[in-house]
Amino acid sequence: MFPTPVERRSAAVQATYRALVPLALILWLLPLLMVALFSVKPDADFTQGNLWGLPSSFAGFENYTRVFTDSAMPRYLLNSVFITVPTVIGAVALSCMTGFALGVYRFKGNIWLFFMFVAGNFVPFQILMVPVRDLTLNMGLYDTRLGLVLFHIAFQTGFCTLFMRNFIRALPRELIEAARVEGVSEIRIFWYVVLPLMRPAIAALSVLIFTFIWNDYFWAVVLTQGVETQPVTAGITAFNSQFRAAYHMMSAGSIIAALPPVMMFFLMQKHFIAGLTLGAVK
Amino acid sequence: MSISSDTETRGWWHRNQMQLAPWLFLAPGIAFFALYVIYPIFQSFNISFYRWDGLGEPVPVGFENYRQLLDDRAFYVSLRNNVKWLLLYLLAIPGGLFIALFLNQQMRGMRLYKSLFFFPFVISQVVVGLVFAWFYNPAIGLWNPLIGLFGFSPMNVLGNPNTVTYGIIAAGLWPQIAYCMILYLTGLNAVDPEQVEAARLDGAKGWKMLWYVILPQLKPATFIAVVVTVIGALRSFDMISVMTNGGPFGSSRVLAYYMFEVSLSEYGFRMGYGAAIAVVLFLIMLVYIAFFLWRMWREERGS
Repeated sequence: MFPTPVERRSAAVQATYRALVPLALILWLLPLLMVALFSVKPDADFTQGNLWGLPSSFAGFENYTRVFTDSAMPRYLLNSVFITVPTVIGAVALSCMTGFALGVYRFKGNIWLFFMFVAGNFVPFQILMVPVRDLTLNMGLYDTRLGLVLFHIAFQTGFCTLFMRNFIRALPRELIEAARVEGVSEIRIFWYVVLPLMRPAIAALSVLIFTFIWNDYFWAVVLTQGVETQPVTAGITAFNSQFRAAYHMMSAGSIIAALPPVMMFFLMQKHFIAGLTLGAVK
Repeated sequence: MSISSDTETRGWWHRNQMQLAPWLFLAPGIAFFALYVIYPIFQSFNISFYRWDGLGEPVPVGFENYRQLLDDRAFYVSLRNNVKWLLLYLLAIPGGLFIALFLNQQMRGMRLYKSLFFFPFVISQVVVGLVFAWFYNPAIGLWNPLIGLFGFSPMNVLGNPNTVTYGIIAAGLWPQIAYCMILYLTGLNAVDPEQVEAARLDGAKGWKMLWYVILPQLKPATFIAVVVTVIGALRSFDMISVMTNGGPFGSSRVLAYYMFEVSLSEYGFRMGYGAAIAVVLFLIMLVYIAFFLWRMWREERGS
C-alpha cells in the first residue's frame, strides 16, 4: 500500500487524518453545498440578505414542488429520458456487433476499421456540426428527438466499439473455437456464447452512455430548439430565464436536472467505475 | 436467430460464414458511423472553402475564409484561450493524483468518501457551470467572502476579461480532477504491494518512493488521464456557453465556442467561416488522435 496505511502511524496522525478527510470533502463540495442550501431557502432569505446562514424556514418542499408544477421541467426531464434510453440501447446493440466482429475475426483491414472508430470518437464536435445539422434538416428530423437520438447512437458507437472490442479480446478464445468445432454457426456463437459473457461490459457501458447522453448540451442546442424536444440540459436555460434572480428556484431546478445521472452513479457504482477506468490498469 | 433449413443455402452460408460474418456484424455500425461522423468531417473541409448562410447556394471562395481568420482578432483570442485551457487543464492530473494518494487508505467509510469526491464528474457540465457562476457571483456567491478570509479584496471573476477564462477553467478542473482521481485510485489498487514493501526495506519513502516506485506503475493511468484531459480541454464548450456566453467582450471564447457562435448565432449564419474554424480545431486535435493511435498500434503489434 502506498502511501503508508494510517493504521501503522501514531494515534495522533490517525486522529488528524480522520478529521481531515471530512473537512477536505466539505471544501471540495463547497460550491455544490452552497447551491443545495439555496435550494431549501425561502424567497425572503434572499431579499433580507440571509444568504449563507441557516434557512429562516425550511422551504425545500415548496421549492422542489414548484419546479415540477410551475415550469416545463417535467417535460424536459421526460425528453431527456426519451433521448437517453433509446440512445443507450442503440449504441450498445450496434457496438456489441462491431466489437464482436473486430474482436473475434482476423481479416484484412480489421485494425484500420477499429482505428476509424477510435479516431472518430475523439473528433471535436464542431467539425461535425454544420454537416450533421444539415443532414438532420434534410431528413426532416431537425427539432425532433429522433434526429438527436440517431446522431448520438452513431457517435457513441465509436467509443462503445473501442470498449467492447477490447473486452471481447480478453475473453477466452477456446470457448469460441470449441463451439466452431461443434459446427455452431457464427451467428449462434455470437448470440449464445459471446453475448452472455458480455453482460458486465454491457452494464458498464450502459451506465456510462446514460450519463454522457443525459449530460449532453452541445448537440441538444444544435439539433433541437423547443420545449417539445429539448432535453433538460438545454431546458435549464429557459427555466432560469423564467425564474430570473430567484436563486432558490434556479438552485432547486439545477439539482433536479443533475440528479438522474448522480442516482445512476450511486446505484451502479461498480459498473460505472469499471467502465470509466477500463484501460487505466494493465 | 434461426437459420434457413434449406440445405443448399445452409451449405453456402456454412462454407462462407467466416468471411461474411464479420461484415454482417459490422455493417450497421459502419453505416451509422460513416454517415454521421466520417463523411461529415470531409464535408466540413469542403464547406470551409465556401461562403454559405446554410440556406441559399454556397459560393465558392477558395481560401478566403482562412485568409480572414488570419486577420480576425476574435480568432486569436479564442486560440490563446485554447492554449490556456490545454495547459491549465493538465493540472487535473497532479490534482487527481494528490487526492487519490490522500484517499488511498482503508479507514471505515472510505468507500463513501471516495464516491463523494468523485461525483462532481457525474454532474452535467451545464449544472457545474451554473453552480460555479453563482459561486463566483459577487452578490450571492461564497467566493468573495472566502477569499476575504485570506485578505483579498472582492472581485468579479466572470465580469473581468483578465480573470474570466481562469475562473471557467477552475470550474472545469473540478470534475476533471475527480475523473483523474478515480483513474489513479484504480491504478493504486493495482500497484504491486511486494515491490512497495521491498522498496520500503531498502529505505525508500515519501517522494522518492512515489517517483521511482509508484509512478512508473501508474503509467497506464497517467496515459489515460492525459488523453481524456487534453480531449476535455479542447472540447470545452458547455461551461463557457452557460457561464459567460463567451463574454465579457468575447474574452472567454475558445475555438469550439467561437465556431458555434459564427455558424449559428443571431448575427447571421456563416457556415463556411465556422467550418474553417472547425478545421483548425480538428487539426489541433488530430495531433493527439495520431499520437493515441500510434501508441495503440504499437501495443497491438506487441500483443
